[in-house]
Amino acid sequence: MNKSEYALFLGCTVSVKGLNYELSARKVADRIGIKFVDIPEFSCCGFPLGGIHHSSAVTIAARNLALAEAQGLNIIALCSACTGHMTEVEKLFANGANAKDLKRINASLKDLGYQYNGGVKVRHFARVLYEEIGVNKLRKLITDPLTGLKIAPHYGCHYIKPSEIFDGFDDPIHPQSLDKLIEITGATPVQYRDKLQCCGGGILAIDEETPVKMVKQKLDHIKEANVDAMILVCPFCNIMYDEFQPTVESTFDVEYSIPVLYYPQLLGLAMGLDPKKDLAVKQNQVKVTPLLEKIEGLRGGK
Amino acid sequence: MTKKALSREKPILMEELDTGFKFEVTEEPGGENIKRCFACGTCTVVCPVFSVNDQYNPRKIIRMILFGLKEEVLKSNFIWLCSGCYSCYELCPRDVKITRLMAAVRNIAVREGHIPKPMELIVGLIEKFGRILEVSEFENIVRSKKGMPELDLTIPELRKVLKRTRIHDVIKSSDIDE
Ligand code: SF4
Ligand code: SF4
Repeated sequence: MNKSEYALFLGCTVSVKGLNYELSARKVADRIGIKFVDIPEFSCCGFPLGGIHHSSAVTIAARNLALAEAQGLNIIALCSACTGHMTEVEKLFANGANAKDLKRINASLKDLGYQYNGGVKVRHFARVLYEEIGVNKLRKLITDPLTGLKIAPHYGCHYIKPSEIFDGFDDPIHPQSLDKLIEITGATPVQYRDKLQCCGGGILAIDEETPVKMVKQKLDHIKEANVDAMILVCPFCNIMYDEFQPTVESTFDVEYSIPVLYYPQLLGLAMGLDPKKDLAVKQNQVKVTPLLEKIEGLRGGK
Repeated sequence: MTKKALSREKPILMEELDTGFKFEVTEEPGGENIKRCFACGTCTVVCPVFSVNDQYNPRKIIRMILFGLKEEVLKSNFIWLCSGCYSCYELCPRDVKITRLMAAVRNIAVREGHIPKPMELIVGLIEKFGRILEVSEFENIVRSKKGMPELDLTIPELRKVLKRTRIHDVIKSSDIDE
């Protein structure tokens, strides 16, 4: 068992729209032996300000990093955009780099009681599962394999890119981590066209039409591959594929009914966790019940 | 790609170009590598936004900046259409770091007073709640039922942080009063 302890960073979207993600992550972390520490002062990660006021975006991230550093903890984030932005800031100031800028930020936050010294690592939860816990250990915790299920992985962008900040834990062009993480649940990861396509969530606030078209492309490709569900690891991607799926269906007069699960929900199912109580599948917009019934059926057939 | 997306209505006039614009961009965090671009078009080919909306064309935006079409770029809607996916960033043979470049150009646009309303609202929300979405009492009721720790409804300190970073030096108006 891995007894590692991390500060759990929720950010904005998970806090409000990702209860199913957070709960399932907490439950599987519990099984694995990862301890989450909650820091109530954590705020927005700063990412939404990156294209508005760069120094605010960096300072907000530094404040969050300082909060974790004060407790001697590294950070696990559930949102890929939070992970990307805070990792970028982490790298900016790691090993004494950009000391002048950091000094200026610390001076501005001093009277609020913050000082960041560059000593925190930020990790996506899925990366920790894949890289630190590892598929071999995880495989041992699978009690209810999902044999027979076909699952499409959606990597999204900020989970693996820009690759220069992610220490090569996965390949940005041919990523493997989510495929492998699906495999250990007993399900089969399914390949589909343009697997790495972006969800478009980043421009939703500016122009709804463009991302909705991007979502349609993705869902078309996943539908072609004839899967039972897709999995993802970012609450923003989830908004686009789960929350917006009915919008896309009615706008283009198509039908998908593709359940969208957060990876920890899938892993939790394979660990025998309760779908409603532990994994909050009722919070998923596209109904998960048919998928659960299929799992029952596949198991009953054995 | 339609013809219209590439052709310009009017000719580019030398005297209307701001040849210093590219230097402003290289001074901005993220914009450093713009002059390296040799217009190969890889970014545009891999861009998922361009694939559904040819109003957004990263190679073309970069050319416009290098030509010095400052006003046209900064006032445009298209600089706000990059979804930040880093597909181009990984593949650009000249390491232009386009994703960061687009953020840099937006920062300049904001300073020049061209901030889209939704972006202005985001600043207001972060000041007010410390997040871009409001956590309500309801969320906390559900959370405690599920045995999850309650969240602080607001992180008021963020207003102070943004005061120190002087965000209002660049965003003149705000819907949220101080
Ligand atoms: S991929 Fe790079 S070099 Fe090629 S056009 Fe785009 S920015 Fe320029
Ligand atoms: S980062 Fe922006 S410009 Fe580059 S491919 Fe993605 S959406 Fe297009």
